[in-house]
Amino acid sequence: MEFKDYYATLGVERSATQDEIKRAYRKLARKYHPDVSKEPNAEARFKDVAEAHEALIDPERRAAYDDIARRHASGQPFEPPPGWDSGFEFSGRGRGGDGTARGEADFSDFFESLFGRGGGGAEGMRRHATGPRPAQGADHHAKVTIDLLDSYRGAQRTMSLRMPIVDAQGRAMLKERQLEVAIPRGVRRGQHLRLLGQGSAGHGGAPAGDLYLEIDFAPHPVFRLDGRDVYFDLPVAPWEASLGATVQAPTPEGSVQLTVPPGSTQGRKLRLRGKGLPGTPAGDLYAVLAIDVPAALAEPEQAAWQALARAYPAFNPRAALEP
Amino acid sequence: MADLHSLIAPGVVVEEHVAFTFTALCRASGADASQLQALVDEGLLHPAGCGPDDWQFSGNSLARARQALRLAQDLELGLAGAAIVMDLLAEIESLRSRLR
Repeated sequence: MEFKDYYATLGVERSATQDEIKRAYRKLARKYHPDVSKEPNAEARFKDVAEAHEALIDPERRAAYDDIARRHASGQPFEPPPGWDSGFEFSGRGRGGDGTARGEADFSDFFESLFGRGGGGAEGMRRHATGPRPAQGADHHAKVTIDLLDSYRGAQRTMSLRMPIVDAQGRAMLKERQLEVAIPRGVRRGQHLRLLGQGSAGHGGAPAGDLYLEIDFAPHPVFRLDGRDVYFDLPVAPWEASLGATVQAPTPEGSVQLTVPPGSTQGRKLRLRGKGLPGTPAGDLYAVLAIDVPAALAEPEQAAWQALARAYPAFNPRAALEP
Repeated sequence: MADLHSLIAPGVVVEEHVAFTFTALCRASGADASQLQALVDEGLLHPAGCGPDDWQFSGNSLARARQALRLAQDLELGLAGAAIVMDLLAEIESLRSRLR
């Protein structure tokens, strides 16, 4: 198991005060929070930052972590000591009581091996497990990444889910299970799928909770998504843009003949109506023209460009820049 | 829990085909009743109907409620602060789409 340097993640000294840790966390949280950040890998960075904060902001956890870190620094490979859980009595500070809503297994194995699944979710379940009243099982959330074609055609996905369950002694633990999910056609980024009855089991005869899957798309080398519309760059030669042409163009469902109108300029969008993500209404597919200029290395090629220059004596591409 | 290995669970698009009652949205979003009430008071959620017992929330309320809770908790904003952030994010998004 990989040792995590929580102080380095937050960019603070080992001697930092709790206030300094809090300030470092807040600054990084504003920078990397996936709901506000445009930084690459914001989600993964935020998760690291949140985990480091959770480990260090609680004095009990921090003391335990420092103990492990000292041993790690002296060259011993990291192993959670046997009986770790029973050796330290944590006061049960949850992750803000939002554990179930944030999805399963938020923090790293390293964190959980040290501190257990410290979370409102597990505690909430324990309450349900021992409570006298029947209670519907908790709803769960997870993310699923699909390909563009999955939305065009619909798809089936096998998902591995780690779900918290409660054993006979009332302890919460994670159990892995496989689930075959039907992804409907036309689903878009950021939408959620509801899978009835696939959340936690209910208690006292009450129904199970539901599972919600947030849809994300794997990046595609050619096509970009904007809601239900799909974009791609279509490279054209200067003469194709200028004179017009019929060119072969890709679509997610196979290639088509596309007419580039005469007098097209860089960045012009050609719309293929209804060829975006399916639905009512279906999205559109846009080819964004990208004029590709060939190198003029040989003499006849250079002569051709020179002839072009002579044909446009008045053409001034920088007219707009002149005072 | 039933053996689900052989079954294919159909995914229903929440934003298009699901409406929530007050308690169902609490359970799905992880909000408690007072938090959800606050999100309505802040104008982040717009249920149809009169009063919590009668309220019907549209499918996209789930994502909005969860985002507000995340912002409120992770950035220690409170729900009012989260509401401002979400309004500003929506404005940024609409300005960006005008640039395209």
